[in-house]
Amino acid sequence: MAGWKKLDEMQLVNKRLPRVDARLKVTGDASYTSDIKLEGMLYGAVLGSPHAAARVVAVDDSRARQLPGVKAVLADLKANGTVRYAGEFVATVAADSPQIAQDALALIEVEYEEGEFVVDLEEGMRDGAPKVFEERENVQEGRVNEEGDVEQGFTEAEVVVEDEFRTQVQTHSPLETHGCVVQWEGDELTIWTSTQAVHGERKGIADFLEMPLNKVRVICHHMGGGFGSKLWPGPYMGVAINLAKEAGAPVKLMLSRKDEHLGVGNRPSSLQKLKLGAGKDGKLVAFAAETYGTAGISGGAGMPLPYIYSVPNRRHEHKDVLINAGGGRPFRAPGHPQACFATEQIMDEMAEALGMDPLELRLLNDPNETRQQEWKIGAERIGWERRKPNGSDAGRMKRGMGLAASTWGGGGGGTQAQMNLFPDGSVEVKCGSQDLGTGTWTHVAAVAAEELGLPIEAIKPLIGDSDYPYSGGSGGSTTAASVAPAIVNTARLGKEKLAELVAGHFGVDAERLVFAGGHVSVAGDSDKSLTWAEACSMMPTDMLSVQGEWVEGLSSRGVAGCQFAEVEVDTDTGRIQVVKLVAVADCGLVLNRLAAESQVNGGVMQGISYALYEERLMDPRTGTMVNADLENYKIAGALETPEIEIVLFDQPERGVIGLGEPPTIPTSAAIANAVANALGVRMKELPMTPDRVLDALEEV
Amino acid sequence: MLDFEYVDVKSLKGLPELLDQEEGRKIVLAGGTDLLDRLKERLEQPAQVVNIKGIEKMRGIEFGDGLDIGALTTIAELAEDERVQRDYSALAQAAASIATPQLRNMGTLGGNLCQRPRCWYFRDQEYHCRKKGGARCFARRGLNKNHAIFGDGPCYIVHPSDSAPALQALGAQLEIVGPKGKRETPIEGFFQMPDENILGENSLGADEVIVRVRVPKPAMGTRSTYLKFRAKQSLDFAVSSVAAVLQVDGGQVQAARLVLGGVAPIPWRCQAAEAELEGKGLTDAVIGRAADAAVADAQPMSDNKYKVRLTRNLVRQALESLREG
Repeated sequence: MAGWKKLDEMQLVNKRLPRVDARLKVTGDASYTSDIKLEGMLYGAVLGSPHAAARVVAVDDSRARQLPGVKAVLADLKANGTVRYAGEFVATVAADSPQIAQDALALIEVEYEEGEFVVDLEEGMRDGAPKVFEERENVQEGRVNEEGDVEQGFTEAEVVVEDEFRTQVQTHSPLETHGCVVQWEGDELTIWTSTQAVHGERKGIADFLEMPLNKVRVICHHMGGGFGSKLWPGPYMGVAINLAKEAGAPVKLMLSRKDEHLGVGNRPSSLQKLKLGAGKDGKLVAFAAETYGTAGISGGAGMPLPYIYSVPNRRHEHKDVLINAGGGRPFRAPGHPQACFATEQIMDEMAEALGMDPLELRLLNDPNETRQQEWKIGAERIGWERRKPNGSDAGRMKRGMGLAASTWGGGGGGTQAQMNLFPDGSVEVKCGSQDLGTGTWTHVAAVAAEELGLPIEAIKPLIGDSDYPYSGGSGGSTTAASVAPAIVNTARLGKEKLAELVAGHFGVDAERLVFAGGHVSVAGDSDKSLTWAEACSMMPTDMLSVQGEWVEGLSSRGVAGCQFAEVEVDTDTGRIQVVKLVAVADCGLVLNRLAAESQVNGGVMQGISYALYEERLMDPRTGTMVNADLENYKIAGALETPEIEIVLFDQPERGVIGLGEPPTIPTSAAIANAVANALGVRMKELPMTPDRVLDALEEV
Repeated sequence: MLDFEYVDVKSLKGLPELLDQEEGRKIVLAGGTDLLDRLKERLEQPAQVVNIKGIEKMRGIEFGDGLDIGALTTIAELAEDERVQRDYSALAQAAASIATPQLRNMGTLGGNLCQRPRCWYFRDQEYHCRKKGGARCFARRGLNKNHAIFGDGPCYIVHPSDSAPALQALGAQLEIVGPKGKRETPIEGFFQMPDENILGENSLGADEVIVRVRVPKPAMGTRSTYLKFRAKQSLDFAVSSVAAVLQVDGGQVQAARLVLGGVAPIPWRCQAAEAELEGKGLTDAVIGRAADAAVADAQPMSDNKYKVRLTRNLVRQALESLREG
């Protein structure tokens, strides 16, 4: 089984490395899908249904077709069909400019027969609620997870707490919207798209078009965020492909911000009714949960309960609910922030009922050994001993502290890579992974350079192209743990090839060669050393190419973490300000400490945004989203950013694990517990906006 | 956005004639930070956009017997001017609270006064609401947490300007140029309630522009402040705000002017609260009574009851900060 170099021998890996693509990005030279401009390219736009439920009776696109500059109109996307959410595509156009495309959309006349709709989880659950699909109930078949004897457990329990928690629908809101540029050349298709999975998209498109895989190419060099929403093609892609075919020209279709909010995914909402029983000693004995959730017309809304805690007798029944809104897509740790928000709050309620410190209750019931250490580190960093009893802070501004945990799988596999060495000493590494913004460009270059004993600049990483060796989608916090081992393996194969040549030259065994400091040298014989370029010049061909793959021993699964929040609540205005957040992140072997910290910062900020600001607001009377923009769909900005103290809990012996998702999980729960500590009033619904805080204070 | 003709004007001369009495056919462009959004959303589809940024007479801040501000003065210039900060703090604070540095650099004072409301139903072309000539206010029984608690409809927008409440509390006058020449009008009275003007928010004619804004020199002992609460600190409009101007002499309030923002279709003057203050010292009890009086007439809807408590607290905070000098 393969292993990493020793930590103290590493020159690049585990150091603080600025991103290799940083300069491109800050100068605006990085080419995103939004930046692609091809000769003769047309601009696509889509017309969404203004109704949440309707039958399309007739579409008249004649005026749109007559508009100068319009090159293709497809108005039969829902011919005689049913639309089930406001924003669902009804028609699409391609034109010489984005303005003409928009003008053309305004000229398409659609006759709708409006139907009844429901856009709220609990409304959708009511008997007699309008059905989203005729043939299906809104409340889907339940799933039950059960262990032990729950009834017996609650009989044994000496303290029982019960409560209900609600979380909102959060849209991914990446800075770069979903979109693509499509080019047909004969029967071959090239697509530039903002994606987390170049190979996954290729497969999806080839399947959709019943085309051979080798005639579809997907490219994504740089992308402006995905958070799980860009793992597979969406209807916009099919639309663009058909427009390009119809028009006989390349088509660019980037969704508008409104389209983005309405139809390309979200984190589903939840309603969680929890009951928790413990002995007077604080040992949890029974747990029961009845949960519901909805994304919209599709997408599972389940969550793992009782999250990280071990409870011998437990039962969780979950039902997905359908409503007339855009469907879900995976969103950074699907299900986990929801589960964490409810579980960690009922844990705090239990601690209060027991008269026990919330941290003590965690230590007593958390079976994870890593987290047992992390809880203590986090408590020390936040100054947990300063925490006062709930609601005891006097005055207008009230401070409080809270904590919460995360768990995740991570790990990797399946990635392949190719390394090309050239006689002049230059090196390129190809891997069909992509950089979701998490630093894959740098990981590829750094890991290859580390193995070859070269500076990072010596490696040209090539990623984000389905023509490169296979790698999976960037989902589930698996990219680093998939890519890095494949690069190590490939680089080692490259070294072996080169070592054969150099060993022959010096007449020594290849095993004696050392690759370090830009040289290939014979160990113990300082006279016998070649520069890297000299070594490469010995290759008999113009390129020496090796192909490697992911191997065991360089990565592992299972990620534990916890966060501690200190908040200040203004009881005059209901504003919650996170003062400080301590994030303890389980990291295995950190490839790039700077990128890892950046990942945690981003996760925490998205968690704060989920906790305090973001929410899809559906108007119950019209069935539309009223805040499909970035003014009223509020996302935390620079002024909402607290001091974030990051503790990377290094376990290099475990190899690379995953870091993308875990840091966003516990933030909202830690903040909610801190708010309850500050106010003595618990906020049981997300987001914890000033209106909700003031309403809660009003009730006291 | 549909095609339009773009016209550059460099002088006030002939501008009113160039503009049109018919609402919406020709639109004045200054900073453009609001107009561009409206054009893109097709809330307005003018045949002509008239750029007035080149009119020099509409620029600059002058200090004489009071403050004289060209309507094209940017929000950033206003916020950063030390003289404004010193003598007209409510106005400087209001300007500084607007949007982001980029928007403050582009947006103008005239534009800030004339910007259209942020109501999410109004801003989305899909809703043919009363403000757009439709028959229905979607907010009344819809999602209305950002909407008005004063005014009782029939449209429940809140006026989005931060500079307007501050200017009104400071007693500003507007110089307006139209086809009949110049007219001067107090800013109080310029804004119109929905029952008076459902399609607009003020009495500016389609062929008129605000040229300058004049603020009288504050009387001795005048203190002012603008306190704004927004749901998020990085770029947001007011959920509720208060402009307070007090003239204090010997510990007694001689004159008080309180104008609220973000809670009514126009900047909302609280005369009942002013009456609680005048002739009295700023004790906790007086401030409490004034704060209560400020929201006594509030008529919240399903989602915005919190605004009553919030506004009362902001008024109290503003007055407390003025007591401290």
